[in-house]
Amino acid sequence: MHDLRIQTEDFSMQAEWERLRRRLAGDAGAVAAFVGLVRDLHGDGPTTLTLEHYPGMTEKGIAAIVEEAERRWSLAAATVVHRVGRLRPAEQIVLVLTASRHRAEALAACAFIIDCLKTEAVFWKKESAGDAARWVEATGEDLKRAAKQMSAGR
Amino acid sequence: MVIRVLFFASLREAVGLDLWECRVPEGAAGMRLDALLAALRQQLGAAGHCALTAENVRIAVNQEFIDGKAVELRAGDEVAFLPPVTGG
Repeated sequence: MHDLRIQTEDFSMQAEWERLRRRLAGDAGAVAAFVGLVRDLHGDGPTTLTLEHYPGMTEKGIAAIVEEAERRWSLAAATVVHRVGRLRPAEQIVLVLTASRHRAEALAACAFIIDCLKTEAVFWKKESAGDAARWVEATGEDLKRAAKQMSAGR
Repeated sequence: MVIRVLFFASLREAVGLDLWECRVPEGAAGMRLDALLAALRQQLGAAGHCALTAENVRIAVNQEFIDGKAVELRAGDEVAFLPPVTGG
């Protein structure tokens, strides 16, 4: 049972948490959370991060990642909220919540989902600070983490 | 009938378009992906074509990633050129 959304507007951690907790109905003893934020590049001008997606395909890709997590771990519920559009430093980009009977499964599934979102989900990020702008690519470390997650299997 | 071709992110900037509609030849049910790439070369010039055929560009047909270029496209299909992705 999962709740996946892509939106331009900000999300409330509290509201998402309450929404997930109501769905659990006592089936979970642990919830793990991850929130990604925009970093300030401290460049010559104000930093902005612009996120773009491919409507339809991006949603399917996120669903495939979460379904894979549900195959590997016994999850009572999961939430992914991913923002697109133009964001400023300290703004929230992405939220992952995973709930399970015990903490180990919730923590492992949360890490799996965010590591796979970095390299597999169809999003593009453009960073700009003043006149300088560049399209961000997954780092070597991102690719290593995702490859490790995917090869771990169960 | 046409095949819709979409360009995202850095590729949209490289080719200067977000959408191009490729007309399927009269009487044909579709065309091969390599024929579409040849049509794109005509439309976008060598620099645009070069950006689309870079090694790290992935292609999706009807929102599914494909491998290789020996794909038969049909009128009404949606082809997308995707530069390296990063979410989260």
